[in-house]
Amino acid sequence: MPPTEHELRLRQRLGRLRNLPLLGGARISGELERLERQIERIGEEATDEEIWRKVELARHDERPYTLDYVERLLDDWFELHGDHALADDGAMIAGLGKLDGRTIVLVGQQKGRDIHERASRRFGMPNPEGYRKAWQAMELADRHGFPVISLVDTPGAYPGVVAEQHGQGAAIAHSQATMARLKVPIVACVIGEGGSGGAIAIALADRVLMQENAIYSVISPEGCAAILWRDAGQAKKAAAAFRPDAVHCLELGVVDEIVSEPVGGAHIDPDMAARLLGQALRESLAELEGIPGEDLRRRRRARFRSLGVFA
Amino acid sequence: MAKIDVSVETNDQPSPPPTHPNTCPSCHSHYRDDELEQSLWVCEQCGHHFPMRAPARITSLADAGSFVEEATELHSEDPLGFFDLRPYTERLAEAEMKTGLADAMVIGRATMDGRRCELAVMDFSFMGGSMGSVVGEKLSRACDSAAEAGMPLVAVTSSGGARMQEGILALMQLPKTVAAVEDLHDSGQALICVMAHPTTGGVLASFATLGDVVLAEPNALMSFAGPRVVQEITREKLPDDFGRAEQNLRYGQIDAIVPRPELRTTLTRLLRLFNAPD
Repeated sequence: MPPTEHELRLRQRLGRLRNLPLLGGARISGELERLERQIERIGEEATDEEIWRKVELARHDERPYTLDYVERLLDDWFELHGDHALADDGAMIAGLGKLDGRTIVLVGQQKGRDIHERASRRFGMPNPEGYRKAWQAMELADRHGFPVISLVDTPGAYPGVVAEQHGQGAAIAHSQATMARLKVPIVACVIGEGGSGGAIAIALADRVLMQENAIYSVISPEGCAAILWRDAGQAKKAAAAFRPDAVHCLELGVVDEIVSEPVGGAHIDPDMAARLLGQALRESLAELEGIPGEDLRRRRRARFRSLGVFA
Repeated sequence: MAKIDVSVETNDQPSPPPTHPNTCPSCHSHYRDDELEQSLWVCEQCGHHFPMRAPARITSLADAGSFVEEATELHSEDPLGFFDLRPYTERLAEAEMKTGLADAMVIGRATMDGRRCELAVMDFSFMGGSMGSVVGEKLSRACDSAAEAGMPLVAVTSSGGARMQEGILALMQLPKTVAAVEDLHDSGQALICVMAHPTTGGVLASFATLGDVVLAEPNALMSFAGPRVVQEITREKLPDDFGRAEQNLRYGQIDAIVPRPELRTTLTRLLRLFNAPD
């Protein structure tokens, strides 16, 4: 297979870094290693079975959710429940915390563990109030110069009557627009399901990471199968056709980096998964540190405006 | 006018009854092609708005001969080699033959009653107006073109959502168009959106709702999830006007409902209010 454009870009970046006199020390050599690892991954094309296995792992009952990572990565976590308008949406988490002694704002969708929590958190499907909660927290971060971490884990935005009446589409658009305006660093990571508009609403970031068993897609495999094959049972076939796996997203330049998980998946060892995620988030934030806000914002917009394939 | 098959590209339309496309689905009045063209595809008996093709829309809005199309060279590619019941490339070729358009959006510069603006008009008959890389790129270029020339952008939307056949790249057109609209706003120019039936999914959840002014045609469906999906998932009984323009107006989601015959006058007024150049 000829190298993709993204792979070429990665290789170029790698070449440039190698030729730099290593004055920057550890940080640059760290990035070198990471780039090499990313390029190796692009070579690994997943089979249909492997892709479906990832869909199952991304949705695994015991997979760590946003708050599991908050607990393991942040000190002094203070949750901000309000959207300051209408409701506290349990499907979306926002709050302040310390990462290595530095205040950050974290937003992310939250699924439930038991049946009651699942219902109250609507399986991680936010209402417009949830998105409002998230963008308010991000605006707060912007006012005070706190970096933003966004953890994406949702089957999609909640398709409800009231959600529509309260402007679900507009909420998703406004959340993205807010992120396109921020002058602070934003790092997003897809930690489970990156389901369509509900996911991208909080993923317009400077660096977009993805855990190796996470999925990111325009529609769920079941939804795609129901529409295109008129049979939701063809989900496996649909997943193989549109490939929601991390390697594919990396190839297309949709994500910048794949975050490793413990062997067998994040749920096997949540502590280890959190350490690996924490390390990746720290590295990305370090890369973005010191870039003037205007530049960050310009590059962030340019990054997303360059996505697409056409002749 | 060719019958529009929405059943494959969108998930929110119940199959239309098998009637002639020139028959009004609401009051069953029947029209000749030239009668419909004359009335801007609005039923003269009951006011039902028939779907309007992009070229006809542009003719109805722009001053005669003023429209200069841009980005005509853009064509969709098939990044995934996508194959459902038929290959994506075949669907694209068929849509191009059927509509005479390169993709589901036409952009270009025009004047409206002498005021200059950039137009971006979607066409539902091209694969359900779905947004893939080409639609995203065209909207993005329309924003730049408006910003450079210092004039507002008028976008007329009609879309079933993101184009599934382009996979995750179709989803990336949401942040892409949002970023483009933010650049347009930073340049000090306005975005005026007109939502025609239906504007759903990814288009609603990106540039369409970011307009400085958001207008809709009467009875246009504007919902993120389609009625069928909402009903299946929530098992709730849907209100009669679920997701329609009238409900959206009541809940404060849009600024005004404008019947098609008044659209040009309304847009001209707005262009004047936003100080569009002569």
